[in-house]
Amino acid sequence: MAGMNFAQWGNDLYTGRRSYPIVQRRKTWFAIVGVFAIASIVVLLTKGLTLGIDFRGGTEFTVAGATTTDQQPAVDAVHDVLPDDEPRVAVVGGDSVRVQTETVDEAQKSELATGLADAYGVEESAITTSFVGPTWGAGVSMRALWGTVVFIAAAALFMAVYFRAWRMSVAAIVAMLSDLLISAGVYSLIGWEVTPSTIIGFLTILGFSLYDKMVVFDKVRENTADLQTQTRSTYEERANLAVNQTLVRSINTSVVALLPVASILFVGAFLLGAGTLRDLSLSLFVGIAVGAASSIFLATPLDAALRNGEPKIAAHTRAVLESRQQLAAEGGHEAELAAASTGSAQLIPGRHQGQGAQPRRRRGN
Amino acid sequence: MADSRTKRSRPVRTLVVLTILTIVVPFLALGAGVLFDGKSEENPGGASWAPGLALDLQGGTQIVLTPVSTDGSEVTDETVSESINVIRQRIDSSGVTEAEITSQGSGNIVVGIPGEVDQATIDLVSQPAQMRFRPVLTYAQGTPTPEQGGAGGGEEGAPAEGGGAKDGAAKDGAADDAGTSPSGKSAGGAVPDPEATATAATQDPTPEPTDEQSGGKGEGQGDAAATDPSDLAQITPEVQAEFDALDCTDPKNLTGGGGDDPDKVLVTCGESDGMKYILGPMEVDGTHISSASSGLVPGPNGTTTNEWGVFLNFDSVGTTEFRETTQRLQGLEPPRNQFAIVLDSLVVSAPSLDAGTVITDGQAQISGSFTQDSAATLANQLSFGALPINFDVQSQEEISATLGSEQLRNGLLAGLIGLALVVVYSLFQYRTLGLLTVGSLVVAGVMTYLAIAILSWTMGYRLSLAGVAGLIVAIGFTADSFIVYFERIRDEIRDGRTLSYAVERGWIRARRTVLAAKSVTLISAIILYFLAVGGVQGFAFTLGLTTIIDVMVVFWMTHPVMEVLSRIPFFRDGHSWSGLSPERLRIGSGPRYAGAGRVRMPEPATVGAPATGAGASPVSEPAAPAPSAGPSVGERVGAAASTGAPATAATGRRLTIAERRAAERKAAAAAADGSAPDGSAPDGRAPDDPATAGPAASDENEENR
Repeated sequence: MAGMNFAQWGNDLYTGRRSYPIVQRRKTWFAIVGVFAIASIVVLLTKGLTLGIDFRGGTEFTVAGATTTDQQPAVDAVHDVLPDDEPRVAVVGGDSVRVQTETVDEAQKSELATGLADAYGVEESAITTSFVGPTWGAGVSMRALWGTVVFIAAAALFMAVYFRAWRMSVAAIVAMLSDLLISAGVYSLIGWEVTPSTIIGFLTILGFSLYDKMVVFDKVRENTADLQTQTRSTYEERANLAVNQTLVRSINTSVVALLPVASILFVGAFLLGAGTLRDLSLSLFVGIAVGAASSIFLATPLDAALRNGEPKIAAHTRAVLESRQQLAAEGGHEAELAAASTGSAQLIPGRHQGQGAQPRRRRGN
Repeated sequence: MADSRTKRSRPVRTLVVLTILTIVVPFLALGAGVLFDGKSEENPGGASWAPGLALDLQGGTQIVLTPVSTDGSEVTDETVSESINVIRQRIDSSGVTEAEITSQGSGNIVVGIPGEVDQATIDLVSQPAQMRFRPVLTYAQGTPTPEQGGAGGGEEGAPAEGGGAKDGAAKDGAADDAGTSPSGKSAGGAVPDPEATATAATQDPTPEPTDEQSGGKGEGQGDAAATDPSDLAQITPEVQAEFDALDCTDPKNLTGGGGDDPDKVLVTCGESDGMKYILGPMEVDGTHISSASSGLVPGPNGTTTNEWGVFLNFDSVGTTEFRETTQRLQGLEPPRNQFAIVLDSLVVSAPSLDAGTVITDGQAQISGSFTQDSAATLANQLSFGALPINFDVQSQEEISATLGSEQLRNGLLAGLIGLALVVVYSLFQYRTLGLLTVGSLVVAGVMTYLAIAILSWTMGYRLSLAGVAGLIVAIGFTADSFIVYFERIRDEIRDGRTLSYAVERGWIRARRTVLAAKSVTLISAIILYFLAVGGVQGFAFTLGLTTIIDVMVVFWMTHPVMEVLSRIPFFRDGHSWSGLSPERLRIGSGPRYAGAGRVRMPEPATVGAPATGAGASPVSEPAAPAPSAGPSVGERVGAAASTGAPATAATGRRLTIAERRAAERKAAAAAADGSAPDGSAPDGRAPDDPATAGPAASDENEENR
């Protein structure tokens, strides 16, 4: 029974019976993320992102007195000339059709005009063309960028205050930025046009990525809250236990978040062709998957690496390792050592059980 | 929230309150809205059961504007892009509409606005932004008056409310008498358009009539004989007659529109406060404002007060002109010590200058009873004033949706498929408990729908396809709150707690995580909403809305329901389909340290051995189902639950400690055998470690050690 096994697996992860050395193997993850990040930068630099007409402006054709106001003929006519373009077609004032395409040269322009005239059964003279400016101009981009920078700064500040550790906040922000970079790289690789929907998708990724890191880090915080009061396990081991313990939650959350996005992506990409839905869902799909994975494989190991540099934690780690060595030298049980290093034995204090739990005098015999 | 701390929480009451507050009330409000302010041809802004859709899904109106320079300078590309920013700001400030604004050809601006557009909206985007500073000569109640509007418009304005408007750092000592100032009805009231909100500032003591909104304009033929712009000689009989006749209750006098001659006297009125003014010739042109912002007024010694104000910076010409103006005005009697800020021929604000206040550095500060909104609006208007541009409306046409209706339908279909998959997955993961996830999602969905329908009625919110996708994505975010919560509960059960106690403790831990994580999302939504424009703003709004609704649902629905469920035997006793059955959530083998020198024994070891819990009646102590009874957690939470050893001999006599120890050792050895092949680290430990081995602590607790 798969469900039983999954629950069992979750139990083992929780108790530390089964533990993946995620934090300990951080060099591997950093290397993997580094490779992905460099690949993304290379792709972005060589291939770049294709900006849509919302950003660059384009050419607008207006077909006056069209015989039909269907949008499909226009799309087909444009695809004949510009197979990769996603024209935006709208009906203006009853019988005019407005078609916006990417910026085209004169030859393509006349070709498009002919095609559109055929498609809508009008004379070519009924078609006017003009340049159309970006709806998403530099002003909008600047405001969006500015807003994003301020929000990241505010989120970083919030995390630093909430966790009372600026290193944690740095780890989260760095991991989030790498999520963004990798998502942008994947998007660039696929080569779809960047539309305002894409940007909104990326902003959602920012939000999700930070959110997910908060949840995982909160578990780390919980596990390491009384770190200094014990000498069994180090920060690193406790952080690793936290990651293992939230693994089930992370998987469930990613699946639940990805299912609707995946369904939009498949409906959007395969049934509808292009459009807002496809752009948005692709950026979201990649971003959520990357974001959830990086909370586990990048953010937490990075946090452990950074916080090992914190004097208090470094001293504690030294103390723990020393006492462990001593134990080993004294011939302590192997199992004891192993148990300590998985950080498994999470101590849970009891609580007062009430009078009924007190020893009672035996009567009778 | 609070009730989880109190000894007795009242989940049912919370649920009822939630239903009433978040569903019934909005539902009734929307119903009333549809009934009394329904959406119709004449009333495109009315309420409707269906939320308004944005340009890409519904189409709307396309307005083509041509900017025309008012000062003879050339309209450059830069001016056009600046104009686009101004128009965008105006549209955004009127609500979240996701308008599309772009330049077209050489210098045209195309504005696409979703849905039906009324004249007010067209005015809003095409209105010339002419900002001028004029001295106030006099003002009066805005109805036709037989009386002479002499100095000191001593009409009964509203009773003094806030502090008077002060100008500069000036105290409003000069305030005093001077007649009550025209108070705006508008103060704090709902105002039809952003221009109108102007300043709810400056009521009362000081005679500064602020807060007028577009008034009817009329230009007096004010004469040239006046020695300075404040000269009362400018009020010629014709001007006076016009002033007397001006009826500021007539809506057509309140449309504004600009076009007033800067060199002549202007007779105009306030829109909502019903005041009318005679203003002298222009002193400073609004184009000399280099920047305007709103914020909290700094108090003495660098402290910050709670008062909102507007801060102006003039350029060098403006600084000189404004210095001269303030120099002259500050010495005059009320109301002539006021200057009016006139936007499009309408008085936006008319602060007074106290005697002795001369603003020489071109940095003015207007304070009074501003609210944060009204201060921001005034600052916006002042910023607009810097643009010497008029817009000619070239055409205004209907435009169809750029995305076919099948896009929306398929998007919704995709969302439904996704939702169904989520349901299947959570049922698979959480069994019956998954239904709670689904129920909470449905409630969140209903709340979101109602909120959007209400907001599209009250704020002009429009749902674009990106917004629809955002809502579908929000399913994941919302569900995560429940997942975090359930996992915490499971963690507690894994530690051997009873369900009700696990729910209580799990909630406290999950609550903190959920709140912290949602705060980050909310921070991002709020910041993006205030800093970004257009589509991003719409996105931020949706994100913030769903986050708030999500938190509300998890606090007021999921948790209370969970509390109720924890009392239902099906869940409480951990039925294997409840998603909370202890045997699914306990380790199968290997003893586990449970704190305080106690160890929880694995189940396999207990098979066949009478469980301790069996001694207690199964009724009073909800032990786990028999075969796996090992962890008979019962009420003895925290105490190690399972035991590998019998507590009583076959005869029913209680065993001695030594006898029990022996039995336990045997059991522990058996357990070690069972788990040894597993070979995972912690397992090996128990049998070797006398401190933690076998002894079921629960038993020892009952004995004198």
